[in-house]
Amino acid sequence: MAFSGKVRAAYQAQLKGIEDAGLFKRERFIHSPQAADIEVEFPAGSSLKKVINMCANNYLGLSSHPDVVAAAHEGLDTRGYGMSSVRFICGTQDIHRELESRVTAFLGTEDTLLFPSCMDANAGVFEAILSKDDVMISDRLVHASLIDGIRLCPAMHDTYKHSDMGHLEEKLQLHSAKRLKVAITDGVFSMDGDTAKLDAMAALCEKYDAMLLVDESHASGFIGKTGRGTHEKCGVVGKIDIITTTFGKALGGASGGCVSGRRELVELCRQRARPYLFSNTIAPVVVSGVLKVMEILSASTERRDKLEKNAAYWRKGLTEAGFVLKEGDTPIVPVMLFNAKLAQDFSLALYEEGIYAMGFFFPVVPQSQARIRTQISAGHEIHHLDRALEAFKKVGKKFDILGRTKQEIIAKYGM
Amino acid sequence: MPIEGLKDIVLNYVTKEYLEDDSEPLTYDTPLISGGIVDSFSMVSLKRFLENKYAISIPDEDATPEAFDSVNKVADLVERFVAKKG
Ligand SMILES: Cc1ncc(COP(=O)(O)O)c(C=O)c1O
Repeated sequence: MAFSGKVRAAYQAQLKGIEDAGLFKRERFIHSPQAADIEVEFPAGSSLKKVINMCANNYLGLSSHPDVVAAAHEGLDTRGYGMSSVRFICGTQDIHRELESRVTAFLGTEDTLLFPSCMDANAGVFEAILSKDDVMISDRLVHASLIDGIRLCPAMHDTYKHSDMGHLEEKLQLHSAKRLKVAITDGVFSMDGDTAKLDAMAALCEKYDAMLLVDESHASGFIGKTGRGTHEKCGVVGKIDIITTTFGKALGGASGGCVSGRRELVELCRQRARPYLFSNTIAPVVVSGVLKVMEILSASTERRDKLEKNAAYWRKGLTEAGFVLKEGDTPIVPVMLFNAKLAQDFSLALYEEGIYAMGFFFPVVPQSQARIRTQISAGHEIHHLDRALEAFKKVGKKFDILGRTKQEIIAKYGM
Repeated sequence: MPIEGLKDIVLNYVTKEYLEDDSEPLTYDTPLISGGIVDSFSMVSLKRFLENKYAISIPDEDATPEAFDSVNKVADLVERFVAKKG
């Protein structure tokens, strides 16, 4: 037995360190389908509480949509449960390729390859298409999964200040001698809810002969007039060389991701990306559900329009109540509290009031930028938002932060 | 052997390259990597800058997060490699 008392004690000390630093994560068990109204067991062992969910990535309210559930049932009946194989041996069904074509058409790209998750897409894409003679230049706030993919790739890595186009241009000049250059960003940044300047980025990439990769996980399905994503909002459909995105958020919320973009790059991923080659792809039942999601979104913009209205209503309500928000126009609305303990206490007090919203603090966001991140859904009705607003106001009053500036909140609670 | 102005050159580069406009000013001892100002990834641009400016090459095994954790430490590292160059 190699897991001796000494080894166990060392791991216990490590866990205690996490707990002492206030960084220990505890799950809350949800006993209902994902939706605006959910039933939650928290803390573990307590009786169920009905709460309004304000922190799901269920932007379009499709996670438990009856048509999506019915399509998944049908997929289960007609294509079975599992494939027991990776794609290139005997794990590819007609519906996998059908979904790839649907996504290509939806995103306005040349081709698409499914991955088990967007984490896997990001982990695999760089190593598949770049070598040590190339450079990856990423925004400093890109998602952890892009960072992991970058780490797995032998190409050089450099960064630019968040959304700072002057700094990106400097970096493109600095690395002009490299064989290939790729600029890397999230379309919508998940912690702040702000949007990348893809029009400016596309122009810079053209000027310096660089490729552009965008992670659209928090944009696909609802950003832009018809919900195609940040590239639609910024008027650069067709100019993004690689899009990665997830089916685990707005697009049904189950699981799965993809790399979509230039034909040759997608084909290289099919030949070389390790998470595609060595892990089972999305299960048939999920593929069937996502196909229905694509059909719903291609038929009407009703859901993303409702989401946009809901998000504007929520932002206005919080602003009028006197909260400090991160500026933006996406359904990600961070309520800034700056202090980590305040963010945790605020989240617990909201839960008492029947509102489920999480506090985020270092290292997930920079030091002294702790916040409650709220996320709006087309599954919310105005009555949900009104009730949540009442709870936020009540808790805001309790902690005496309404109408206070950033400096005043920091003076009261510390950084 | 101390290099004239080296610490301020490093401090100015780090300030310009990594700090947001509303950040607290840096000192020679501010923890850069352990303090979350420079992530260990973004360190490459500082390393490249120093290598170009002082015509040295800092091998990966010496370019540790610890060796880059403050302006003072970075200056020590650079001075060591400049001295080696002779
Ligand atoms: C920007 C971004 N990219 C990728 C992912 C990973 O998505 P998936 O759940 O499909 O692995 C996430 C999810 O947290 C994300 O926010």
